Amino acid sequence: MIVMENVQKAFGDHKVLRGVDLHIEKGTSMVIIGGSGTGKSVTLKCVLGLIQPDAGRILVDGKPAAAGDRDAFLARFGMLFQGAALFDSLPVWQNVAFRLLRGSLKRPQAEAREIAVEKLRRVGLKADVADKFPAELSGGMQKRVGLARAIAAEPEIIFFDEPTTGLDPIMAGVINDLIREIVVEMGATAMTITHDMSSVRAIADKVAMLHDGVIKWTGPVAGMDDSGDPYLDQFIHGRAEGPIEAVR
Amino acid sequence: MTWLSPIGALGRAVLTFLASVGQVAIFAGRALSHVLRPPFYPREFLNALLTIGWLSLPVVGLTAIFTGGALALQIYAGGARFSAEAVVPQIVAIGMVRELGPVLVGLMIAARVTSSIAAEIATMKVTEQIDALVTLSTNPMKYLVAPRVLAALITVPLLVGIGDIIGIAGGFAVAVHSLDFNPATYLINTVNFLETRDVVSSLAKGAAFGLIAALMGCYYGMQSGRGAQGVGRATKGSVEAAAVLILAANFVLTGVFFSI
Repeated sequence: MIVMENVQKAFGDHKVLRGVDLHIEKGTSMVIIGGSGTGKSVTLKCVLGLIQPDAGRILVDGKPAAAGDRDAFLARFGMLFQGAALFDSLPVWQNVAFRLLRGSLKRPQAEAREIAVEKLRRVGLKADVADKFPAELSGGMQKRVGLARAIAAEPEIIFFDEPTTGLDPIMAGVINDLIREIVVEMGATAMTITHDMSSVRAIADKVAMLHDGVIKWTGPVAGMDDSGDPYLDQFIHGRAEGPIEAVR
Repeated sequence: MTWLSPIGALGRAVLTFLASVGQVAIFAGRALSHVLRPPFYPREFLNALLTIGWLSLPVVGLTAIFTGGALALQIYAGGARFSAEAVVPQIVAIGMVRELGPVLVGLMIAARVTSSIAAEIATMKVTEQIDALVTLSTNPMKYLVAPRVLAALITVPLLVGIGDIIGIAGGFAVAVHSLDFNPATYLINTVNFLETRDVVSSLAKGAAFGLIAALMGCYYGMQSGRGAQGVGRATKGSVEAAAVLILAANFVLTGVFFSI
C-alpha cells in the first residue's frame, strides 16, 4: 500500500504540491488525472525519491519511502517514462534487461537476454527487435520496450507516466490494454498519471483528480461520471468553462 | 536604482561564483569517491577509454605535428636574428614537452571530449534517462561519471606523451627537410636536452587536464536545464569552463614544477 500524507513541494516560489493526501491499496490501479503543470509527475517522482518533498510523509507498506535500503526499495518498482527514456547507447534487449545485467538482480547474460526477449514478446514485439537500437524504433515501439523494461524484473509496484502521450489513438489503445492486462496478470499495484480520459477508463480501478496542488476528488472509476465534483466534471468533459481556469 | 546597485550586483556575482566553485568542488569529490568505491562498470569504462583515448588520437596527432613543425620554423627564423639557429632541436623539445604538448592536447580534449560528455549526459537528463537509471537502481555518478573521469585520468597523460613525441617529430621533419639540419645531431640534441622533470611535468599536466575535462563535461551535463537550449548551454559552459581551468591549472603546475 502506498500512502501520501500532506506531501508538499515547491520549486522556488512556485508551490506545486500544497498537501497531497492519497492512499493506494495493494493490487489496485490508481490513475491520477489533472491538467498540465498541476504536479502529477512531481507526485510520482516524490514517491520514487527522484524529488525530495519539502513536507509530508510517504509510506510504502507502512515504511517511510525515504528510509532504509534504497536499492531494495527501488527493486520493488518498475516505471514507464513519458518518452520511454530508453538508453540510446544500448540495444533494445539490454535496455529491457538493464536491471538483470547488473546489481543485486544480476543474471547470466544469456538468461537475461532470454527474459528480455520473453518480455518483448509479452508487449507484442518480435524477437528481432531485441538487437535493434532505440533510435531505430517508432514511438509506439519505444513505449512497448519501455513497458517491457518496467516489468522485466517483475516489480510489485509499477508507475506509468503519461503512457499514451504522443501516440495515435490505435497505438494508445494497444498500450492501454497492455498495461491493464499486465497489471492484472502480475497482481501489481499501479500508479498512472495521465490526462488522456480513454486511458483512465481502460486502466483505472480508482481515480484521483489533482488540481492546484491537492487531490480534489478520489473514488472508483465507475463513480467518476456522476461524482458531482465541479473540477472533475469540467476535466472529464473537457469544458473550457468551470472552476479550472482554461488559461493557466 | 540607487548608487549602491552596482555594488549589490557585484556582491551577487561574487556569491554566485563562490557557490559555483563550491558545487564543482563537491561534485569533484563525489565523482572521485565513486571512482574508488564499487560497484564498478567495466564495460562503461572500456567504452570511455576507447572514446576519450583511442578516438582522440587523430586530432591530437594532427595538432601536435603541425605545431611542432611551425615551432621549428619560428625558432629558426627568430634564432637567426642573433645567430642561434642551432637551438631549434632543444627549444622545440622543451616547448612541446613542457607547454605546447600538454596545453594543446588539453584544449583539444576540452573541445572534443568535454563537449561530447556534456551533450550526451545533458540529453540523457532532459529525456529522463538519468531518472530511469535511478529507478533501475543504478547510481548515475557511478555509471556515467566515474568511468569517464577514470578513463580521462588515464588516457589524457598518454595522449600528451604521444602528442609530445609527434610534435617533436614534426619539428624534426621540418628541420631536416627544410632547414638542412643533420638528423642524427638533431635527435641527439633533443634527447640530451630534455630532463626527467620535463617529461614528468608533461604527464602530470596531462592527468590534471584530463580530470578537468571529464569533470566539467559531467558536471555541466548533470546540471543541464530543460530542452535543446539547456543542452546547448551545458555544452557551451562545459567547454568554456574546461578551457579556462586547463589554462589556469597549466600556470599553477608550471609554477609548481619549474619555479626557482
